[in-house]
Amino acid sequence: MFSEVLKMRKGFLNPILFLLGLTINCFGADIVWWHAMGGTLGEKVNEIASRFNKSQSEHSIKPIYKGNYTETMTGAVAAFRAKKHPHMVQVFEVGTATMMAAKGAIYPAYQVMKDAGIPLNPSAYLQAVTAYYTDAKGNLLSMPFNSSTPVLYYNKEAFRLAGLDPDRGPRTWNEFEDYAKKIQKVGYPCGFTTGWQSWTQLENYSAWHDLAFASLGNGFNGLNSSLLINSPEHIKHVETLARWQKSRIFDYGGRRSDAAPKFYNGECAMYINSSASYSPIRENVRTFQFGVSMLPYWEGAKGAPQNSIIGGASLWVLRGHKPEDYKAVASFFSFLTSAEVQADWHQFTGYLPITHTAYELSREQGFYKKNPGTETAILQLTHKKPTVRSKGIRLGNFVQVRDVINEELEAVWGGQKSASKGLNSAVKRSEILLRKFERANSR
Amino acid sequence: MVKDSAAFRHRFLPYLLVAPQVTITLVFFIWPAAQALYQSFLIEDAFGLSTEFVWFENFQFLLSDPGYLHSFKVTMVFASCTTFLSMGASLLLAVMADRVIRGAMIYKTFLIWPYAVAPAIAGVLWYFLFNPSIGILAYVIQSAGYDWNHYLQGSDAMILVIMAAAWKQISYNFLFFLAGLQSIPRSLLEAAAIDGASPFKRFWTVVFPLLSPTTFFLLVVNVVYAFFDTFGIIHATTSGGPAGATEILVYKVFNDGFIGLDLGGSAAQSVLLMFMVGIFTILQFRYVEKKVEY
Repeated sequence: MFSEVLKMRKGFLNPILFLLGLTINCFGADIVWWHAMGGTLGEKVNEIASRFNKSQSEHSIKPIYKGNYTETMTGAVAAFRAKKHPHMVQVFEVGTATMMAAKGAIYPAYQVMKDAGIPLNPSAYLQAVTAYYTDAKGNLLSMPFNSSTPVLYYNKEAFRLAGLDPDRGPRTWNEFEDYAKKIQKVGYPCGFTTGWQSWTQLENYSAWHDLAFASLGNGFNGLNSSLLINSPEHIKHVETLARWQKSRIFDYGGRRSDAAPKFYNGECAMYINSSASYSPIRENVRTFQFGVSMLPYWEGAKGAPQNSIIGGASLWVLRGHKPEDYKAVASFFSFLTSAEVQADWHQFTGYLPITHTAYELSREQGFYKKNPGTETAILQLTHKKPTVRSKGIRLGNFVQVRDVINEELEAVWGGQKSASKGLNSAVKRSEILLRKFERANSR
Repeated sequence: MVKDSAAFRHRFLPYLLVAPQVTITLVFFIWPAAQALYQSFLIEDAFGLSTEFVWFENFQFLLSDPGYLHSFKVTMVFASCTTFLSMGASLLLAVMADRVIRGAMIYKTFLIWPYAVAPAIAGVLWYFLFNPSIGILAYVIQSAGYDWNHYLQGSDAMILVIMAAAWKQISYNFLFFLAGLQSIPRSLLEAAAIDGASPFKRFWTVVFPLLSPTTFFLLVVNVVYAFFDTFGIIHATTSGGPAGATEILVYKVFNDGFIGLDLGGSAAQSVLLMFMVGIFTILQFRYVEKKVEY
């Protein structure tokens, strides 16, 4: 009878199957790892896990794909509430503050390693990568997994037609404007477009120019932090972009990577997005060669270019499992950070290596010579020691803060608001979200 | 016969028979709704490690939040346009299909087809047609001299989601309108025709009033559809953008709850949404139904 009813309402079967799946996953002896890597990246994740499982006989890691970043994180949070959570979960960079604040739920990576007696040498890591995930004392809270940083991609064909040097991208924004105008003159409708605008045009803009994005060390030193993106330098940049939008030197194309087709089809000659976009660009661009260069900076800006900051995700360990399980997690972490695994992951995916040895190994293997442009991101991250303003950003409710920023920027591009009005309103609206997070997490 | 009906004097059988339905309603509807109500009184971190009972603070916050009021306005525009457009278009199509004599079956089948398309797919379909860079229809509009860009222009984005949402619902409405039309006695129309009423006059004075129960039913269904079931379309096309221009209430619930992990605020929104739709339905039954002739 009951099954008859269930059949009539097929939609209800899915949650039940989902719950069954959960139970099965949690009662197995495996170390469960929830991740958000679909497609070929997911296959690579499975490969890494199975290589680890074959390398020793004590432990077995079981990676499970849980959908996109938000689905994975929300899933882990819900599972934790139901006490059916995995050992490890991959969380995107904007979820860092939320994870950090959940002190009773997370098992900091450095602690996991220490308790398992495996040494963790902080100087072996690329500081620009690990800094994003460390606490005020420099302890690593989560294991960086896939990290990337924005770079500038450009259409070499367009550069050639416009009489520009195709082997060099514009260094400064001033030069950039000049390039874009020349390119538009030879028939390209749009100068450049960008993906993930808050990340590339405000967060990384701030770090690259050594400007504070938020108070209290970009939020690293406390929950009582506020956005500082209505400074004259920020307003000037956004104002310029808004002016460029009118003549399509800049053309907005969506919040995530929706703008990519504008670059693929040759509409926009330049494109700012994650270094991990390298392989999709290589796959999709057929009619022209493309180059990669560092982000432009404003001429005369003090401290620029500093270093850019990362995006991507890290692996968080959740409490509540058996102590020996965490030994397995620790030994998996040391496997994951070995030079071979890192170099392979880096070269296959375009994400950054997290250790110096993996970077050097890739260079020895001739990877950067064979794939010109792939080294740009690493150089951009490491050419200077990160400052308090370029270490990273750690804000509560950051996903919504980014949404607010996106909304305000869209209103500026659309001409409904001036740059200063939009950024002031972004700061004001974020304040409510930041205080809400502070309140919910400071008890 | 008397003996047969005696079987129904059984005391527990009726309860047993409705039990599965009641169980499902309790487990899948009442329980989550009660949970949402309880959650809406809490401010809590994502993991549920610290919880504070705050009474109506989440509601107070929402009602003073310009973003929420904006979303409310957006929803009103979206719901009324979608309902009007999809019902209008399907009524027109149904009237046409009702008059077709040859190949009627083929027309009807084609018109019903889009109903089988999942909302997210419908969204993606329209997204590709109107994508400013690669969309065919966007290209046509742009060559006609209008700079179509739903990434930038809130009104363009709104038009896009309204069209996608209305298109998706046309089949459903069409089906009901057609059935309604076919149940109208031919003799009435013939009598009107003999009296010299034009087709237009016949439609407004005979067909439309007789169709009013169907129209009323569809009005309720379409409003509820526009409020709740259009989530997939919004999610696949605009994600509520640009600048919140297409962020309808149900999308905001999702965004704040599942992306932002603000469970209390999100629960408060769903409670408000529940009440709102409840009130709408009551209003519709009270005032609009009076005009309906069964």
